[in-house]
Amino acid sequence: MSLSRIWILLVLLNLSACGQHDRETLVLTGSSTLGPLMSDIAADFEAANPGVRVDVQTGGSSRGIADVRRGTADLGMISRELRSDESDLSAHVVARDGISLIVHADNPVSALGNEQVAQLFRGEISNWGELIDHDVPVTIVHKGQGRATLDVFLAYFGLNDRDVRAHLIVGENQQAIRSVAGNRGAIGYVSIGAALHEQELGTSIRIVSIEGIAPDADAVARGIYPLTRNLNLVSQGIPGDLASEFLRFARSGQGDVRVREHFFVPAAEEPAVEENEG
Amino acid sequence: MKDKALGVITGTAALIASLLLLLIMAELLWASWPALSALTMGEWLLSGHWAPADGHFGLGAMLAASLVTSLLALAIAGPAGVLLAAWLHLCAPAWVARPLRALQGVMAGIPSVVYGFWALITLVPLVNHWAPPGAVMMTAVLILALMILPLSVLVTDAALAQVPPRAMQAARAMALSRWGTFRHVMWPFVRGSVASGIVLQFGRALGETMAVLMVAGNVIRWPNSLTEPVRTITANIALEMGYASGLHAQVLFLSGLLLLVMVVVGMLVVRLGLRS
Repeated sequence: MSLSRIWILLVLLNLSACGQHDRETLVLTGSSTLGPLMSDIAADFEAANPGVRVDVQTGGSSRGIADVRRGTADLGMISRELRSDESDLSAHVVARDGISLIVHADNPVSALGNEQVAQLFRGEISNWGELIDHDVPVTIVHKGQGRATLDVFLAYFGLNDRDVRAHLIVGENQQAIRSVAGNRGAIGYVSIGAALHEQELGTSIRIVSIEGIAPDADAVARGIYPLTRNLNLVSQGIPGDLASEFLRFARSGQGDVRVREHFFVPAAEEPAVEENEG
Repeated sequence: MKDKALGVITGTAALIASLLLLLIMAELLWASWPALSALTMGEWLLSGHWAPADGHFGLGAMLAASLVTSLLALAIAGPAGVLLAAWLHLCAPAWVARPLRALQGVMAGIPSVVYGFWALITLVPLVNHWAPPGAVMMTAVLILALMILPLSVLVTDAALAQVPPRAMQAARAMALSRWGTFRHVMWPFVRGSVASGIVLQFGRALGETMAVLMVAGNVIRWPNSLTEPVRTITANIALEMGYASGLHAQVLFLSGLLLLVMVVVGMLVVRLGLRS
């Protein structure tokens, strides 16, 4: 009796699983910087295209690259430029973003120079007291390998990953923000979009200027903030029909609204696809 | 007829379960084989130098971190769980014992990411006061101990409930103290269950990923201090599997295989220890 009930349940489950296959599904994986933005755009896209499902998963830009190559994702979310050994993929810019240094809200430091940042991350400055009136040991919150934010950060400050004296290695932006917000001596770096969003929510972090320039969407848009990068969706070769439609949608006025909501800068009006085929 | 059907169904289920374990082992071995043949044992097992981008694949430090954090958590939660279960049975009044048991069941069911998040916003700042940066090995041990404590209590509690009433009556007749009853009457009955429970907890602690990833700091180093960060094997897989390819991915599979082997060895040790 109960056994037959279980069978019926299994059959029903199977049927409902089959039902989902009838809908068109688009899979996006990669950067945790792009994840929240793409989830919102995906929801708009689903609303505008009934019967289409968009699945957004994060795990770092390198995951996006790997998934697109393996064919497990239609589009990869990459928060940096493609490298020379990734020329088999095509990049499509959807927004611009900067990387901002963040400290705990109790830390009075509001601006740092490039050299000071490098010294902090190399462990040459081990107490905030050496820089400012804040006698707390420095805690370096660093990103794990495979994260685009890490690559952009290291390249700008001329650091080698081996020289960084990290106390805490994190994955996603959210984890970095939580870790800094919970430690009075911490310094970390995250996407400006994520940092401004969290600050607005009242999270106890302070956004630090680099070389006297405050990180905000305006500075990124005008090109004066030094630590910026393009946020790309990448595809293998020419994207499929659904993926192309999603790309068009993401870079339309409707997508730009979401881009601004997330404190990013919309990609240039020029809709030309940056082909990068090798 | 029904008995026969039941026998077939349960037998098939058991066969599938054991086949799955073998298949997982075979798959892991197959996926990590290229790494095993490309690297020497000294390179992947004994070395603690992990820098995949530069071709260094030493799992040693992370393996040690996994073992040490799990064993320390077990050392806290194991005895504490047994004592708590004994207290529930022998000392606590029913109106306290019942809700407490239910609470342990709930605690055992909370997803680990919730434990991790709680630890990140509460435990880490607390530990940070005297062991900055707070996300250190001790924090990971504490949260693991908290996560496996309910398992320890529930397993012991279930075993204690199986102690024959005759034995308990005899203990009462001899006017044994509560401690005497537990030590000499109940403990011999539950020893075996507690030991297999410990293996279960060890497996859970060793395999725990999210909570540890959030609070252990994840810096790769040998686990020689409670107040320094460590990265466990599972945290490393979670951090790097997403983008790893080639030898890097194969070594990650190898680290998964190592975890499985450790749990199986732990189980065998307990089984053999119980028999002798």
